Amino acid sequence: MSEIKTFVPTPDSPPPLTSTGVLRWLRDNLFSSWFNSLLTLLALALLVRVVPPLVSWALVHAVWTGGPGVCDDASGACWAFIAAKARVMLIGTYPPELAWRPLAAGALLAGVVAATVSGRCKKRVLTGLWPVFFAAALWLVGGGAGLETVDQSRWGGLMLSLGLAAVGILVSVPLGILLALGRRSGMGGVSAVCIGFIELVRGVPLITILFMASVMMPLFLPPNFQINNLLRVQVGIILFSSAYIAEVVRGGLQAIPKGQIDAAKALGLSPWMVTVFVVLPQAVRHVLPALIGRCIALFKDTSLVIIVGLLDFLGMAKAASQDQLWLGHEVEGYVFCAAVYWVICFGMSRYGRSLEKRGPQTNR
Amino acid sequence: MQAFRLKEQLVPILTQTLVVGAILYVALLLFQNTQANLEARNIASGFGFLSVESGMPINDSLLAYAPADTYGRAFLVGIVNTLFVSALSIVLATALGVLVGVARVSANWLVARLAAVYVELFRNIPLLLTLFFCYSTLLAFLPAPRQSLSPLAGVFINNRGVFAPRPHWLDGMGWVVLALGLAAIGAVLLARRSKRLRDETGRGLPAGWISLGLIAGLPTLAYFLAGRPIDFDVPTLHGFNFKGGMVLRPEFTALLTGLVLYTAAFIGENVRSGIQSVDKGQLDAAKALGLRPGSIMRKVILPQTLRVCIPATTNDYTSLVKNSSLAVAIGYPDMVSIGGTIIGQNDQAIEVIGLWMAVYLTINLVLSLGMNWCNAKVRLVER
Amino acid sequence: MDMSQVVIDVKGLNKWYGEFHVLKNIDLEVHKGERIVICGPSGSGKSTLIRCMNRLERHQEGTITVDGTELTNNLKGIEKIRREVGMVFQNFNLFPHMTVLENLTLAPVWVRRMPRREAEATAMRYLERVRIAEQAGKYPGQLSGGQQQRVAIARALCMSPNILLFDEPTSALDPEMIKEVLDVMVSLAEEDMTMVCVTHEMGFARTVADRIIFMDHGEIVEQNSPEEFFSNPQYDRTKLFLSQILHH
Repeated sequence: MSEIKTFVPTPDSPPPLTSTGVLRWLRDNLFSSWFNSLLTLLALALLVRVVPPLVSWALVHAVWTGGPGVCDDASGACWAFIAAKARVMLIGTYPPELAWRPLAAGALLAGVVAATVSGRCKKRVLTGLWPVFFAAALWLVGGGAGLETVDQSRWGGLMLSLGLAAVGILVSVPLGILLALGRRSGMGGVSAVCIGFIELVRGVPLITILFMASVMMPLFLPPNFQINNLLRVQVGIILFSSAYIAEVVRGGLQAIPKGQIDAAKALGLSPWMVTVFVVLPQAVRHVLPALIGRCIALFKDTSLVIIVGLLDFLGMAKAASQDQLWLGHEVEGYVFCAAVYWVICFGMSRYGRSLEKRGPQTNR
Repeated sequence: MQAFRLKEQLVPILTQTLVVGAILYVALLLFQNTQANLEARNIASGFGFLSVESGMPINDSLLAYAPADTYGRAFLVGIVNTLFVSALSIVLATALGVLVGVARVSANWLVARLAAVYVELFRNIPLLLTLFFCYSTLLAFLPAPRQSLSPLAGVFINNRGVFAPRPHWLDGMGWVVLALGLAAIGAVLLARRSKRLRDETGRGLPAGWISLGLIAGLPTLAYFLAGRPIDFDVPTLHGFNFKGGMVLRPEFTALLTGLVLYTAAFIGENVRSGIQSVDKGQLDAAKALGLRPGSIMRKVILPQTLRVCIPATTNDYTSLVKNSSLAVAIGYPDMVSIGGTIIGQNDQAIEVIGLWMAVYLTINLVLSLGMNWCNAKVRLVER
Repeated sequence: MDMSQVVIDVKGLNKWYGEFHVLKNIDLEVHKGERIVICGPSGSGKSTLIRCMNRLERHQEGTITVDGTELTNNLKGIEKIRREVGMVFQNFNLFPHMTVLENLTLAPVWVRRMPRREAEATAMRYLERVRIAEQAGKYPGQLSGGQQQRVAIARALCMSPNILLFDEPTSALDPEMIKEVLDVMVSLAEEDMTMVCVTHEMGFARTVADRIIFMDHGEIVEQNSPEEFFSNPQYDRTKLFLSQILHH
């Protein structure tokens, strides 16, 4: 018998130089094979062709300030055009002296969004906060109760886009949930009506619905009860969006395990309690990322109202570029529009993804 | 007990009757209102207007059309244009989308990043804005007809469109078509023979290359043997614009570009999630069996990818068809654009909107049925 | 304890899933305070039988009377019975979007109309009883299987049921967690709760059950006291079943 030995671990030695550092990274990610190297070179060539001219157009040779005509000789972008037209693009033909009101509403919106995204507020507080915000924003923009009223025909620009989207989401989500529940109600008549509505709306483009709201709805309504174009278009957007949301929610309803319903029933809950306390919260949470996707789509879709004569953000950008003093700057207007739309939509989709990662169990 | 049962059955029946009854009642009210409104505005209802002369010019038509034709003919032109731009966009968007999706999961960091930038850029900007942008830049950067670019003889690019020679078939073209048909049949037979050989001996033929040669070579040969039976109508400059030949107008090009760029971003995401949904173990198992990368992709990864991709892509295709209606915003004469003009000219809003809905529902139904069939195929392959 | 009072009375019960005859002519009386264990091979209809007792499954023929109320399509009657009959499931079926405490108080607050404070006090009492009071604020997804099942039992107890139904409560658990759940069930049995358990835990059946029912192919093959059932089975089918689950 030999005596017991003590095991001493060998100290770690540094890796060979080629397995770490920049060179290694380049080899692994850009030049791992001849095909990969070729792709890298092609991509680099594309970047060289595209990025410098873009930078020179957008930054180096751009004109940033000045009045009409300042851009006539410039070879770059005319950001002075955006500066001159920013107010119109953001709030449309809203009276300039009252511009603080939509701006205040925008600041409120930013605050509420920040509170929601930060995730520090209790859900109960948030569900109270949003309706309060809507009421406040509507009062600030529309006036009444101490503020000078501003006619709806003067609402426009980004403010209008956000308003159409926000009201659209606020109304079409509950409506969509009702449609989804109706579709699965098991009552033949009700579910047939819901299916018919959902499939009809999902089968046609939003434009046809908007045309219908704008052109056909006046024919449907009695002559002494006519609503303005903005409200008609808003109704069209809501009906359109609710059909899509119904389908998203239906997916969530189908994903609820049957055991959950069994357990709720076994506790003696009535059918509506089972739906409200057990099925819906789980279904909605399950499809929250998809729901946020629908909200993004709805916001993008509001740009279509230009076709039925409303001047939203994009509509104002297009109209601004037709100003005789500032001709030929459509592209700058569209780039500005695209940047704003992109920031809002990308932010929303990021938020949706973060909710997905947070998961249902640990969420407040 | 019997009374209880009756009550339990009565409640749903009563609810349904109430809901359906309310809807019917609202529908009746709307109908009466509409009747009264139409009468008050002196609008005749019905589809009689379709056989009335339109007097409407359409600058881009695949069918023979003149303003002296009827509204019905004009609407048909719109339907064909919608179908044409949708079909072409679907093909191109699928090609670009697959490319983008594969690039998204590429081992090449730079390529993956570029694809991600592309996807995130186009998914988060309204399609209408993309369309406006494409249209404006096309018009802003392309030269006037007199300064046309001419990359090939007979092809001219300017801000009125892309002009190219239009081929005319002469006698003898039948032989070329026949040769093409024969080549196709030959290719199918070859593929079968190759499969049988592979099954029996383990070695197939290089069927792909031979077929390619056959399909390209045989018609070319017939073309020259028959004495080059194609004549070209070359576009020529007349005054401020080109006459003759074929033309792709900027409205069409912008619509096509916008639809393709937008939809490809979504299809790319489907492809990416399809590829990523395939379990890593599948790749390990295929490698462990000694399959080559190409075979792994074709025989193992792709069939499983399709299963995830197809349903989502079906949705994107139907969205694309519906989105093609945005043509109205940049002046391409699709069905909505032409229908809108009809509404403007004679107030037949209800009929035209009804026609739109019927056509879109039909297109989407056919598309969904086709894609469901594909999906069923993929599922069978998977078993 | 008055063992003669019948609380669940099943007479001539027949049930089909489409063409498949899952339950055949079941007659069964459960007396107050009685502990019954139902066992049998999978597919024998034991889970279906227990799910018929609070009408999670509808039967086509025969009658089931619970606490003097017959189970029919009458929704009010069913809800009344479900208030008095607690159920514990194989897969726990806790509501994942609610904390443990919310799971426990949901039914007392909304069904029994109990003030929330009182419901929470009751819930905490039962959580202490199943020895996981410290987990009250957590979500079910953060608990182990054994803990979840104990919460599920506490949830059923919060409605102060007269009868508890257990549908294979330990089948989805890892082996080391089975005991903690069985301990809770044994302690319930010691307090004379009326229990109907579908389970394969023969040790539990031997120590706790007043009566063991063996089912196969939708029928009750035999029922007996545990001593008789294990030492002297009457049917070859029972013998075979016992040999399959006991000798390993």
